Amino acid sequence: MAVFKRTPILKDQLTHYCPGCGHGIAHRLVAEVIDELGIRERTIGTAPVGCAVLLYNYFNCDVIECAHGRSPAVATGIKRVQPDKIVFTYQGDGDLAAIGTAETIHAANRGENITVIFVNNAIYGMTGGQMAPTTMLGQVTTTTQHGRGGQGEGPPIKVCELLSTLGGVCYLERTAVSTPKDVMNAKRAIKKAFQNQIDGKGFSLVEVLSMCPTDWKLSPAQSVDFVNEKMKPVFPLGVYKDQ
Amino acid sequence: MTKIRFETHRCKGCGLCVLFCPRKNLRLSDSLNEQGLSYPEEIDPDGCTGCGLCFRMCPDTAIEVQSPKKDNQDKQ
Ligand SMILES: Cc1ncc(C[n+]2csc(CCOP(=O)(O)OP(=O)(O)O)c2C)c(N)n1
Ligand code: SF4
Ligand code: SF4
Repeated sequence: MAVFKRTPILKDQLTHYCPGCGHGIAHRLVAEVIDELGIRERTIGTAPVGCAVLLYNYFNCDVIECAHGRSPAVATGIKRVQPDKIVFTYQGDGDLAAIGTAETIHAANRGENITVIFVNNAIYGMTGGQMAPTTMLGQVTTTTQHGRGGQGEGPPIKVCELLSTLGGVCYLERTAVSTPKDVMNAKRAIKKAFQNQIDGKGFSLVEVLSMCPTDWKLSPAQSVDFVNEKMKPVFPLGVYKDQ
Repeated sequence: MTKIRFETHRCKGCGLCVLFCPRKNLRLSDSLNEQGLSYPEEIDPDGCTGCGLCFRMCPDTAIEVQSPKKDNQDKQ
């Protein structure tokens, strides 16, 4: 009997995410992985600043809220003090690749034995759709009204490619949640990123290309097309490091 | 028997399940849930194959699918 239903670690609580937002799918995948690995009692998550700021309301495990972008530093502290715990961060692109760039790069380079879930929707969702480091060239946001690239904004930062040059990193994969096949693949990658930590292998990061219909000003259906047609060519899916 | 159950109160009407159902067996309701939003319903009560694609794409875990046919392929 195949049963597809909400995994116990996800609380029976409505989320505050907009209709069609990819955060909900990413939450489910992380929750299912934690339940399938049987590590719920020893898992500690970190919530970011960004749309996932209320993550602790949705997960039935310990979650600590971090200052904007500081999750990898907080996770480092938790993991070093309690190495038997499984520690994951869940971060948006503004959190991880703008204000938290230093924390991200140095935690990765130190090879901290943590799992990072990086939700890339190419925009600042929570604050109303400003340009993120991952906003694509030509993409219109409230702070790049003629499309990114015109006024000295630089090209998008590609986090997996950037981190792949760092010696401490164990595993990097870019995935998406914009088709059922991508969702299944993202789950496989997230599971591997948690398993790496259990096996003591070091820093693992899974990037998840994710829909933000509200700030892209697209319908949910148009948003999956946006990920598949616009984002995937700029942010190619695949494994960027696996050691 | 394949059984699909919608927790309609959770649904935000995004329609991703409708979009990805390979049997095109889902549609959004005319009636509204507590949040004032449409929710999915089956078109043909015998048309669902239990593939679970709607469950996989639902951002709000509002869909439950039981199928005697396959193992849960999401378990890896
Ligand atoms: C120190 C600090 N600076 C700025 C902000 C404002 N702020 C809140 S969320 C956010 C960006 C969120 O974008 P992202 O991390 O991409 O997450 P998303 O909302 O898209 O999921 C910013 C700049 C803040 N809360 N704290
Ligand atoms: S603003 Fe975007 S990222 Fe935030 S909840 Fe809405 S759709 Fe999701
Ligand atoms: S389980 Fe598959 S066939 Fe049945 S409604 Fe969902 S997507 Fe359609």
